[in-house]
Amino acid sequence: MSTLAPDRKAELRRDRSPRKDRLLRGMRTPGGAVFLLLLALLAAVIVVNPSFGEPGSLIRFIGRTAPIAIAAIGQYFVIVSGEFDLSMGSVVTAQVIIAGNLIGQDDAKVLPVLLLMLVFGALIGLINGLVTTLLKIPSFIVTLGMMLALLGLVLYWTGGAATGNPADTFRQIGRGGIENIPVLEILPYPVLILLAIAGGAFWLMRRPYGRTLVAVGDNARAAALTGARVWWIRTRAFILSSLAATVAGIILVGYAGVHPSVGRGYEFTAITAVVLGGVVLGGGRGWVLSAAAGAFALEMLFTLLNFAGVASTWRDTVQGVIIVAAVAAGARTWERRRRGASSATHDKQTPIAQPPAVGTNEGGK
Amino acid sequence: MRRSIQSKVTAVAAAALLALTACTTDPSIENPPAAETEGGEAAATPAEEGGDEWFDQAAFDEQSEQRSASFTGDPEQPWLQYLEGEMTDTSEFASEGAKKVCFANASISNPWRQTGWITMNQQLEVLVEQGVISEMETRDAQDDDNTQIADIDYFIAEGDCDAFIISPNSTAAMTPAVERACETGKPVIVFDRGVETDCATTFIHPIGGFAWGIDTAEFLIDNLEEGDKVVALRILPGVDVLEQRWAAAEKIFEENGIEATDYFTGADPTEIKKIISDELATGDVQGVWMDAGDGAVAAIEAFEDAGKDYPVMTGEDEMSFLRKWEETGLTGLAPVYSNFQWRTPLLAVEKIFAGEEVPKEWVLPQTPIPEEERADFLASNEGMPDGHYAKFGGTDLPGYPEVWQERQIP
Repeated sequence: MSTLAPDRKAELRRDRSPRKDRLLRGMRTPGGAVFLLLLALLAAVIVVNPSFGEPGSLIRFIGRTAPIAIAAIGQYFVIVSGEFDLSMGSVVTAQVIIAGNLIGQDDAKVLPVLLLMLVFGALIGLINGLVTTLLKIPSFIVTLGMMLALLGLVLYWTGGAATGNPADTFRQIGRGGIENIPVLEILPYPVLILLAIAGGAFWLMRRPYGRTLVAVGDNARAAALTGARVWWIRTRAFILSSLAATVAGIILVGYAGVHPSVGRGYEFTAITAVVLGGVVLGGGRGWVLSAAAGAFALEMLFTLLNFAGVASTWRDTVQGVIIVAAVAAGARTWERRRRGASSATHDKQTPIAQPPAVGTNEGGK
Repeated sequence: MRRSIQSKVTAVAAAALLALTACTTDPSIENPPAAETEGGEAAATPAEEGGDEWFDQAAFDEQSEQRSASFTGDPEQPWLQYLEGEMTDTSEFASEGAKKVCFANASISNPWRQTGWITMNQQLEVLVEQGVISEMETRDAQDDDNTQIADIDYFIAEGDCDAFIISPNSTAAMTPAVERACETGKPVIVFDRGVETDCATTFIHPIGGFAWGIDTAEFLIDNLEEGDKVVALRILPGVDVLEQRWAAAEKIFEENGIEATDYFTGADPTEIKKIISDELATGDVQGVWMDAGDGAVAAIEAFEDAGKDYPVMTGEDEMSFLRKWEETGLTGLAPVYSNFQWRTPLLAVEKIFAGEEVPKEWVLPQTPIPEEERADFLASNEGMPDGHYAKFGGTDLPGYPEVWQERQIP
């Protein structure tokens, strides 16, 4: 597909709507609307508590939300391919415990253990992916099993109680930052990690892998018929998800410290964020950066509730309502778009100046 | 169309699972009840609002007095000290030979219980060597009421036990099972959390939750000014010992014009940091109160990360807090929920089979660690892991200090 002839590329470019129109149209999809929601929530939080709007507070908020956003990006890959990853939270927990137990106060162990954690994360994803795709067991069940298995492992290893924190050099990843930055005061490392991962994910979704991943989520059989290796594409999505959970875990060890409760509920926070970002459960629709924005919107909402004096114990309820509401809204909007109703009534159509000359004759392919 | 139905179904499934995990997650708390009253649900009850439901003026006054009462026994062995009161005559149990003890444990899912469990096993070693106890069969209910009821019934029916030790998972649910154990006519020892029956031979516990709340809240009001803000970090709602700590503290804060806001954290350091960061973004916080020390370090770090002055703070005698307290030099207090009580039940078994009388309600001393004593406790517990409790009371037991240092959980 990337081998379009130059004149066809020009044709595509010509037939596109102007950038402004595309942006507007994008904002009306659930995936775009989440950015507006995020801005609205930010405005509301600043109204309730003006000091939150200071750059220093804001950057710290981004820093502490980074692990959730990274987890949401990871979960996005799996959800857009039509699957679920419920093992995410327990991967975070397991990695936190690994870091706490293996590194200890020994700086020399930081790098080897970091590598081990990444390998462990990739391995979990590989197992999730292969069992789901090759044994044809629903990912819901596979990753639920993995979640329980990992939690059991953690319980066996720790007895359910906290161990000591690892060396401070390791914790700097999640706790430290580049200091003495004008305006911001500090630029936390988690923000930089998030930017790198978001950039990488955005790039990956524009690569053939990303395009095929969405196609697999939309219609796995059709994708398979075009020659895509569906099992391997989905398996890689699971690996990406587990790796994202691993990175979130690494940041959380620094940010919070080692405790078996770290990572609890992460899978659902990530799924909620992804859904809030307008990604369709069941796959095939949605943007990766919207998933990250969904994570920020969710956390911003919790912050708002907190500032407004709503007890934090209502969080689960709020999260549940959001999942249901966002899926309902998302499903309706995408459905409408699919039928073409919204584009016919609301969008200015760009007339195609000249139909392609030879139609279906594409040669080489 | 098919897709939209599919996605709705998955959403419902996801929501259902969300609710499910709310019950399956496993909080690490001091004295976890099994039915940990699923976070959100319990919060909706008025218990959280005023704490009145848990406040008991008589118990408050009694425990307040007990804090300064003088205990009978050798102060070098606080695990054998008790308050004068009704004694149980155990002459009927007096007999020779090593006895089998059956222990129904609620869980070892938090550092406090783990430390106690290690100490208990070292005490057991001594008594086995002395020929007092032949063996101790232990069943761990893993924070589950139903499991513990089954454990106790198993001990009654097939355990071949000479004595029962029960550390109840929750108060109301365990009462009938404890009563069944009493009906066997064998000695029953209940420790840590109570049950709603006095059939047990002895009920061993430190002074209690109100005493904790009074010690900590009074320390904070002594070091703060009227109108100052205190953030109270609580593990979870619905557990009596924890609720009583807060009920007492909240009352004292109210009476002294301290503005206190309480949060449930589940002991999750991520949550604790988030709460403190948000509070610091809203305004200054002068004090931090905790109903258990787990997570205290995260709370202190949140002040560091925000570049604010350290608060006046109460944690617990967990090593992680004592160390961070010393390192930061903040004004603090380490309240104690005497961990050495884990030794007492086995020593009670020894007394009971020797026919010595034991207190009906065995109230152990519960003295906080002030700053002046911190250095001593840090020195005597040097090399102990962060999850270790300073007042574990096992320095005279075999295996000290390696067993605690390595945290060899049997």
